Amino acid sequence: MIARRARIIGLWLIGIAAGLWIVAHAQYMTDLSAFLPAKPTPLQKLLVDQLRDGPASRLILIALEDGDATARAQVSTAMAHLLRNEAEFSSIENGELLSAERDRAFLFQHRYLLSNAVNAQRFSAAGLKAAIEATIENLASSAGLMLKSLVPQDPTGEMLQIVDQLGRTPGPRTQDGVWVSADEARTLMVAQTAAPGSDTDAQERDLEAIRSAFRLGRAEAGSGAAAVQLRMSGPGVFAVAARAKIKRAAVRLSIVSSVLVIGVLLAVYRSFAALTLGLLPVATGALSGIAAVALGFGVVHGITLGFGITLIGESVDYSIYFFLQSHAANSTTKSWQRLLWPTIRLGMLTSVCGFASLLPSGFPGLAQLGLYSISGLIVAALVTRFVLPELLPQGFRIRDVAPLGLRVGQLRDSVRRHGGRAIAGAACAVAVAALFVLYGHHGSLWNRELSALSPVSLEDQRYDAKLRADLGAANVLDVVIVSGPTLEAALRGAERAQTTLENLIDAKVIGEFDSPANYLPSLATQQARRSALPDQQVLHDNLHRAIAGLDLDEHQLGPFIRDVDAARRGALVTVEDLRGTSLATGFDSLILHQSGHWSALLPLHAAGGAPTPEIDVARVSAALAAANLSDTQILDLKQQTDALYASYLQEAIRLSACGFALIVLLLAFTLRSPVRVARVLAPLVLAVLAVAAGLAGFGQQLTILHLVGMLLIVAVGSNYALFFDAEGVRQPDDTSALTLASLGIANISTVIGFGLLAFSQVPVLEALGTTVAPGAFLALLFSAVMTSGAPPAARLPNPRPTPAVPAAASSSAEATGA
Amino acid sequence: MTLRALGVCLSLLASVAARGAADDFDQVMHLLAARHHGAVSFVEQRFLSLLKRPVESSGELIYDAPNHLEKRTLEPHAESLLLDGNVLTMQRGGHSRVLELKSYPQVLPFVESIRATLAGDRAALESVFRLEFAGSLARWTLVLVPLDAHLAKTVSQVQIDGSRDDLLRIEIRQPDGDRSLMTLRAHPAP
Repeated sequence: MIARRARIIGLWLIGIAAGLWIVAHAQYMTDLSAFLPAKPTPLQKLLVDQLRDGPASRLILIALEDGDATARAQVSTAMAHLLRNEAEFSSIENGELLSAERDRAFLFQHRYLLSNAVNAQRFSAAGLKAAIEATIENLASSAGLMLKSLVPQDPTGEMLQIVDQLGRTPGPRTQDGVWVSADEARTLMVAQTAAPGSDTDAQERDLEAIRSAFRLGRAEAGSGAAAVQLRMSGPGVFAVAARAKIKRAAVRLSIVSSVLVIGVLLAVYRSFAALTLGLLPVATGALSGIAAVALGFGVVHGITLGFGITLIGESVDYSIYFFLQSHAANSTTKSWQRLLWPTIRLGMLTSVCGFASLLPSGFPGLAQLGLYSISGLIVAALVTRFVLPELLPQGFRIRDVAPLGLRVGQLRDSVRRHGGRAIAGAACAVAVAALFVLYGHHGSLWNRELSALSPVSLEDQRYDAKLRADLGAANVLDVVIVSGPTLEAALRGAERAQTTLENLIDAKVIGEFDSPANYLPSLATQQARRSALPDQQVLHDNLHRAIAGLDLDEHQLGPFIRDVDAARRGALVTVEDLRGTSLATGFDSLILHQSGHWSALLPLHAAGGAPTPEIDVARVSAALAAANLSDTQILDLKQQTDALYASYLQEAIRLSACGFALIVLLLAFTLRSPVRVARVLAPLVLAVLAVAAGLAGFGQQLTILHLVGMLLIVAVGSNYALFFDAEGVRQPDDTSALTLASLGIANISTVIGFGLLAFSQVPVLEALGTTVAPGAFLALLFSAVMTSGAPPAARLPNPRPTPAVPAAASSSAEATGA
Repeated sequence: MTLRALGVCLSLLASVAARGAADDFDQVMHLLAARHHGAVSFVEQRFLSLLKRPVESSGELIYDAPNHLEKRTLEPHAESLLLDGNVLTMQRGGHSRVLELKSYPQVLPFVESIRATLAGDRAALESVFRLEFAGSLARWTLVLVPLDAHLAKTVSQVQIDGSRDDLLRIEIRQPDGDRSLMTLRAHPAP
């Protein structure tokens, strides 16, 4: 006996040690990838790269508000100056024309390699004539008097061509030399971080750097700037805020719910030993859950850990059942193991079936949730069954709760005696009403947008949209992506795509587009341009012929001939040459480099400057396909992200249905009675329907977390239903009262735990709370009034086969009431 | 009469004439300020050393008090230059460019000379230029010379000829000898 005890405790301790070791050495991830598919398609891969490390993920939008415009401009200038010296930021733009001179010099020097207009034809006599004619026209234009100084060096207007290439999209307006919003209420700045948006720690440091630069800048600007306020937005800002919010909510909620649950348990047990022992299955379960995920997946997602608290809700029930059912009054561990353990085991297996359905999910977040719950529940149940009895001190007793159970039982019995038909009727009514509500909302029942899970408040999202609108070009929703094994390949692809996109501009399908090749053409293109430049003699002759009928004075064009000759002998422009100019930022934000793979991004802008830009993605896609650009794809960021989420919501719904089928099979196999299966399931299905209808009725669209919550209702509720069912098939004894009391107390602790989540500001937690708390309560209520009673065989001679859901609800309700 | 007396007389005459010019200038400014809307057609000739012949363009100039000025070129190519407050919008061949005057001070003498004159805003003119007014109300000439040495590198002077509250001719001279001459004509009634 002693040996057996030592063996069990020894095994348990070894298991804990191994679990701790694995958990301590596991890799944890807190980025978005839990929500992204494990085996992405190439397009999804691009999306993931974009969301995690793309240029958009690295933008921090900064607004200065309040105070007067001049003070804001001063603060903006001072801040920008400080931040430009920080290595954490790859660029700080606030509308100042700081590097303009340097940029202009760079562009002018390399104009014959950078201009898209350069080709052999342009330097023939006819080409020169056309280009010079255009330049003369420009001289007559309003800008003519400022352009004329360029003409002797650049009579073909390559510099203007380059400026057009790069400045296709209008920026925000400027006031006092810095960017302001259209209503001039805000001064704007855009910081691009060196770290990817997915690196939340780095983003947090960067935000702090901006805040301290703001404080210094405001102090520098003097007392007039005292009223100026700083506000930031962008993916990094959201990620940092969300993490802090979730952390705060999780800590606060778990403290409050622990205190409440411990309070309830202490009031019931009146024993600290029982309380401590009761937490052992929970802790062991959570530990093994994380360890199993670490072993199974290699990495553990933050969301899986966060889900850990919710597992407490169910696994704490096991020890409650154990203590209350076996150690009050005169029952014993042995009789508990014989009579009640099989029911708990079946309840646990039912839950496992439910969560097993998440395992095959293509989304690591869901699959991990499944594995975590399965291993956590199995271990918690096993520890309750085998380890807890061995750890009990001699003469362990807790308060007898049988009187409580008896009172509850009497109440329930009287309800059932007097209102059998009423209960059946009520159950039918609830089911019908729920189905009616759900049918009424069937079009809008599920929220298919990823933003539904976003912890960012609607107000913050609106503010973000406002800043983006003010900044004009910054909102990149549709991107053409060209991939290649080298930078050169990606740039050449971008150049091929440009030709197609130019046609789409002419067809008014798109307004404008940006391209990294406008900043830095591929080497092949540069080479082609360089070899298109004629030698000095040929150029001289061509120019002479071109200019014959024109008004331009040929003798002033000496610098042009010298510059072309220098370009013809000069080196090609490389990425390194771009460094030190502000053009590098523009270029970098349009190039993605990941694991030996380069992508050029060509963001599209809608035609006509519409306030809500809508681009016909299908037409762009068709045009790219027609041009045979196989390495080129168009990515509609919002649509793709939502499609991704919708697809895994779809998958989760399908898998949950499979899980339900598994549960039905398990119960059919174990209970060997279709009527009993229906009786166990009816209250659970009814509870799920009622909760879903309730949420829909209150206008809450369901998300994937609500679905997980429904699985939890079935998991927790199956214990209740099975106990009542088991009670129904054996002779009632005084353990019945204990069972009833333990179920009530387990239910209270579950409702407390999840009920608190419902008040959380974090959508993910709130969704779980609002689903599971009422669901668990309803599951107990429905199980209590619908499931137990006299043995069913005596009352139903012709049990119907198990009907499919949701008919199960109504038919079993009839059965109970008959 | 001594030579000295003659000198006194002459200087007296000169100051009377100057006061007359100053009065006329104030009157011109008042007349211009009182006018809130104007539309004229223009022909602009550019004399550039780069070119053998002047380039010519034409169109219309539209003004709404106090700070809305549009130069709409129709020939040889349609383009529009719109000054609204502090913001200058250039539009040409489907492309438009927006710039803030403060960020591009070199543009200032080109547009502010015309806008502030049309607005009769002497203070605004004097903040950018040194002013010389000559002639009479019926036929006056206003010469504007940029105060800022940096601005003087792009524009050496702007000369505006007018009659009462009509502008007749605007000549912009650059330090390198290039110049632009804009001749204005009242709109033919539509």
